[in-house]
Amino acid sequence: MPGKILERDEYTAIVDVMGSRLKIGILLTPDVEVGDWVLVHAGKALQVIDEQFALESIEAWKLINELREQGVIDPTDR
Amino acid sequence: METQVRAEDRIAQAIEKTKDPALARELLREVRRLAEKFLEAHGRPAAFMEVCGSHTHALAEFGIKYALRDVLKLLSGPGCPVCVTDQQEIDAMIALADGEDRIITTFGDMLRVPGSRGSLMKVKAEGRADVRVVYSPSDAVEIAQRHPDKQVIFLGVGFETTIPVLAAAVYEAESLGLENFSMWMSGKLVEPIVRYLLDTGETHIDAFILPGHVATILGRKGFLWLAEEYGVNGVISGFEMNEILSSLYILLDLVLKGKAEIVNNYPYVVREEGNPGAWKLAEKYFMPVDMAWREIDVIPKSGMGFRPEYAHFDAKKRFPVTVGKPKPTACRCGEVIRGLIEPEECPLFGKACTPAHPIGPCMVSSEGACAAHYKYLRQ
Ligand code: SF4
Repeated sequence: MPGKILERDEYTAIVDVMGSRLKIGILLTPDVEVGDWVLVHAGKALQVIDEQFALESIEAWKLINELREQGVIDPTDR
Repeated sequence: METQVRAEDRIAQAIEKTKDPALARELLREVRRLAEKFLEAHGRPAAFMEVCGSHTHALAEFGIKYALRDVLKLLSGPGCPVCVTDQQEIDAMIALADGEDRIITTFGDMLRVPGSRGSLMKVKAEGRADVRVVYSPSDAVEIAQRHPDKQVIFLGVGFETTIPVLAAAVYEAESLGLENFSMWMSGKLVEPIVRYLLDTGETHIDAFILPGHVATILGRKGFLWLAEEYGVNGVISGFEMNEILSSLYILLDLVLKGKAEIVNNYPYVVREEGNPGAWKLAEKYFMPVDMAWREIDVIPKSGMGFRPEYAHFDAKKRFPVTVGKPKPTACRCGEVIRGLIEPEECPLFGKACTPAHPIGPCMVSSEGACAAHYKYLRQ
């Protein structure tokens, strides 16, 4: 589950996960900052989600654009 | 005035695209085209195995497995942590619950897993034990703080994703100086079980859909051995529809080209190195131990257990329980988790065994293949 850090203190943070506020542990991702997105598992942030990659390289999106450019997929064919 | 979309909200939008249905239709068409190409070239469908229960669930829920059933073999592997737990160990965890002085805490899925003599749910319902479901193992530490007169034991079942989270709870209990908290540690490692499946060769597997969450911890690096030593492809995948479809596309492209690579198709979460800090914390408390897997013999160093220095947190040491050999049942979970049979091939599937009356863990856990098939793929 991806969640956005709203507040943090030393070991815990408040995150917004799909609209609900959750308190999670950040022991495994000690460098998170407010505004970061994190992957949450069993009440702990496991990893900070990389902004640049999320924006540019959701692979599915990149792939489909490549296929369109190669003419493999016809965007009008729905 | 046009407001600038903040970076974090753009991430939310990007994540939304992973669910876009128009994109899914296009990707599915492309996946099918490549799968047909493989079928034509090899005279059989390509066989991919997923080793994560969340992928098993998603492949069934999104209809991907059904939509591709005639051209691509998608095998569910040993990816559901509850399903791979040896029956004798499940019996031990249930036996552990008996005792006035203790509170057993666990993730929800464990509650209904049938042991040889009832389940945790049953002992709880009969008032024989205090069993509580928690969302996080840290909640169990809080319970221990609130009940200094009781022994609080957490049943620690999970793969590399969960093991650092378990370690974090032990760290918290240690920092608080708690003497009434311990963990029944049954951590499992992906690499030894995948090696086992490939070494025995009992199931033919062309490539693996690798577990995105485990890779979050281990990194792409943690899977390179698969391509380097076995010449087998793997793609690290996210869990949304288009993430999975694009992962299948990448795998088919690789197997058609005859390459052996590990591709990270979940790059916004999975780094090359993973989260080494998280794994370091896991290794502070735990070390590889021999582990029995359901209906598979003990696989050397395939699990994680407490280091001897932390025996005071080790429920296996503090509360030893002895249980006999479990009675064999007709449940075929052991074959399901090795990709040998589809859930429908178990004679009990959908008849004696349903989510309301599960016979085996594969029907209990939301990540189990039998539960996913029952919910989404039953004809
Ligand atoms: S259908 Fe039930 S009994 Fe059969 S393998 Fe699955 S969980 Fe076991």
